[in-house]
Amino acid sequence: MKDVKTYTPPDFHVIRDPDRCIKCRACVDQCSFDATFYDEEEDKIWNWDAKCVGCNRCAAFCPTEAITIENRTSPYRVNESWGNSNVVGVKKRAAFGGAPVVSMGSDKPYIVYWDHMLINASQVTNPSIDPLREPMELKTFLGKKVDRLEIQDGKLKTVLSPQLEIELPIMFAAMSYGALNYNVIEAMGRAAVDLGTYFNSGEGGLHKDHYKFKGNIIVQVASGRFGVYKEYLDVASAIEIKIGQGAKPGIGGHLPGEKVTASIAQTRMIPKGTDALSPAPHHDIYSIEDLRQLIFALKEATEYKKPIFVKIACVHNIAAIASGVAQAGADVIVLDGFKGGTGASPQVIRDNVGLPIELALASVDDRLRQEGLRGKISLVASGGIRNSMDVVKAIALGADAVYIGTATLIAIGCTMCQQCHTGKCAWGIATQDPFLSKRQNPNIAAQRLVNLVNVWGLEIKETLGAMGINSIESLKGNRLALRGFDLNEKEMEILGILHAGE
Amino acid sequence: MKLVKINEDNCVYCHLCEVACKTEHSISKDIIKAVKKENVLSRCTAEFNYPYSASIMCRHCDDAPCIFACQNGSMHRDERGYVVVNQDTCVGCWMCVMVCPYGVIKQGKNNNDWDLSVKCDMCPDRGIPACVEACPNEALTFEEL
Repeated sequence: MKDVKTYTPPDFHVIRDPDRCIKCRACVDQCSFDATFYDEEEDKIWNWDAKCVGCNRCAAFCPTEAITIENRTSPYRVNESWGNSNVVGVKKRAAFGGAPVVSMGSDKPYIVYWDHMLINASQVTNPSIDPLREPMELKTFLGKKVDRLEIQDGKLKTVLSPQLEIELPIMFAAMSYGALNYNVIEAMGRAAVDLGTYFNSGEGGLHKDHYKFKGNIIVQVASGRFGVYKEYLDVASAIEIKIGQGAKPGIGGHLPGEKVTASIAQTRMIPKGTDALSPAPHHDIYSIEDLRQLIFALKEATEYKKPIFVKIACVHNIAAIASGVAQAGADVIVLDGFKGGTGASPQVIRDNVGLPIELALASVDDRLRQEGLRGKISLVASGGIRNSMDVVKAIALGADAVYIGTATLIAIGCTMCQQCHTGKCAWGIATQDPFLSKRQNPNIAAQRLVNLVNVWGLEIKETLGAMGINSIESLKGNRLALRGFDLNEKEMEILGILHAGE
Repeated sequence: MKLVKINEDNCVYCHLCEVACKTEHSISKDIIKAVKKENVLSRCTAEFNYPYSASIMCRHCDDAPCIFACQNGSMHRDERGYVVVNQDTCVGCWMCVMVCPYGVIKQGKNNNDWDLSVKCDMCPDRGIPACVEACPNEALTFEEL
């Protein structure tokens, strides 16, 4: 029965063509939100629009394509100054008395700077390169670099810092076991091994079964310190200290107790069924000096053999913060833009707090260059990398590599219906339900991830070739390869690029 | 001999194996007509008991009890090695249904509305059984077992 007191108009309309529907019930059993049900008495399948989240699982599985899902436009009188989301937002808060929690990255129509940058190519005065005929280098090293190498008696005298070697500048972003299920982490691990890149465990520890991916793991140490112990640090190739997340800067994490199954409880080292709370700050980090202590504590614990990443969310003083992090001893700085995804975040934070990665990346790269630090440390961009050209543009703006999170999930089925926080993911990704988790077959998912990243790699090579560059190193921080359009002068000044035509 | 392997850990209970089976065993080979007009019985059945689910079809047993129970040899092993029923001679005594340890032999009707045994015939007209080809999550695979 519909609850009139909490009613807001449904977002979607599920249309079923009765001529095509064969009542096979594929849709009924795939819907994890109870929006589709079978009436035995009438021998009919019904849809409840109010419960539909627009995940399109039913439409994907319908063998006769009898189902169409449409976005419903708001039935309320159009009010341009309020917009439907504000009206519905007020109603929901008034009805439920709580702050709405949402997931994935922000869906608000903020400017996407990637789409306002164009890439250069070679013509006449410099030759372009055919990547199918000539070698093209995408290999990237992440870690602290030295100013110059000293060689004595034909041997390297300088002691190098530990480096992460990745075959192409794309890594799988931090998504924890708890947010995602076992099968998805397994798929990411297998794909990382295949691709010669890394996947990030996220803050939820690492399941013992996934220790087999040693050599392709980055582990995270976050404010909750879940699952952090010696073996966890030993199995990793690099350790990431998570200070903030782009989708929710300044906010901690909360994995509800019902998602903490026996296996997750063991991995996170907390009692089964208890809420896993990550505090907003690290309670031992209140300054750059404190961060330095943690960085060196981790370095000590791993005998200075692993690079330490520090992940920070892009916020207003990001350049100064990144400079501080670099001086605190981080080997790699990860910048997470506000379009990055999340498994759960208060709606207001996700949609209003933070900075776009493009501006943050450009300003951090500038500041680190001015302070002579950029050559020493590595920068990783994340949060809103949607395609291979975003990767190229990020690298031209100054990143060494990128993390992909949302793209990873989309590759294995995600349709961005933003229901991760409900734990009912119909695509079997952001759920711990044993029946729903089966929907991810690690064999298929790993292959899809390998395909995606490989294709992106090929596209990047193709673009580098067009630019007449045969190594990704030559593109790094090369902002002359970019031109902006539809941007104002200030934006181009921050991005450090010229206007198209200049 | 290749058989359909049931990978229960991957089954998402989407019934697409059943739909594919019905279509393959219909006269029209049309998905909508097979279900709506011809009322074809699916040879495989998707079973569900939260959180477990799996599609079950004839296992083509080495010591098939249905062959032993069949009174006139209608249930037999064909040249490919699979257990199939000859619908021209089946009299519908249901002894095969009674003895099948997996419960995968169904009571169907032929064109004359005569009740006959219906069971998986491993799709003799195609290389890979229809259910295996339709499975979206590799829960059914065609393997040498």
